[in-house]
Amino acid sequence: MSSSKSSIRTPLGRVRGLGSARAGTGDFWRQRLTAIAMVLLLVPAIIIVMMMLGRNHAAATQILGSTSVAIVLILFTVASVWHMKIGMQVVIEDYVHDERVKLVSIIANNFFSIAVALAAIYAILKLSFGV
Amino acid sequence: MAQQIERPLSPFMTYRWTLTMAMSIVHRATGVALYFGTLLLVWWLLATASGPQAYATFQGFIGSWFGRLILFGYTWALIHHLLGGARHFVWDLGYGFGPTEREWLTRAAVVGSIALTIVLWIIAYAVGGLR
Repeated sequence: MSSSKSSIRTPLGRVRGLGSARAGTGDFWRQRLTAIAMVLLLVPAIIIVMMMLGRNHAAATQILGSTSVAIVLILFTVASVWHMKIGMQVVIEDYVHDERVKLVSIIANNFFSIAVALAAIYAILKLSFGV
Repeated sequence: MAQQIERPLSPFMTYRWTLTMAMSIVHRATGVALYFGTLLLVWWLLATASGPQAYATFQGFIGSWFGRLILFGYTWALIHHLLGGARHFVWDLGYGFGPTEREWLTRAAVVGSIALTIVLWIIAYAVGGLR
């Protein structure tokens, strides 16, 4: 944050809408955006899961590697991981009051979410490209 | 201790445990459960991408009674969180705050989540059983 002396904006004007996290309502909006995305992807996602039931490895590989299935799954992965990362951060901020534990929890939440997303996307792409 | 004295109670003591309150915490709990449940999703994708042996291990787990129990719980958590989220969308738009609508929405989410989960599993068994 730059010094208040170099700005002609009033202190209230600078903080209005930003909140204590300095990010305003960004997470609130993204939480709803990703929720809408998942609602739209729900029916295709259920169909994919139903298609996978009782399949052997060869059939499963073929289904998951097809273009449309892979795209739906990647979109669903991005939306759900983003959504859950924001949600878990809210839970941590609500219940963890020790600053150090809170910081470590928030870092762990970010790492876990990114690892889940990248592992899922890696697997989907590997199946698509057949390597 | 001769006589019961009518003292004012602190606000939280006067609250009755209501269905909307229970739904609020269950929405969080299902969110946290789904967060860790993504590990199952990643396992499924990575196992399929890894080869027949890893896929067979995953299928062995998910096909066991314990695996199916987890998957059933996961399905219900997902649907419940989805319907709870839809309820939040109604509220975000400024509707459904009255006592009647609020209770109706909450009951609909609880009954709907159980009914939809059972319907999905019946379809899943019907679809999977044919293979």
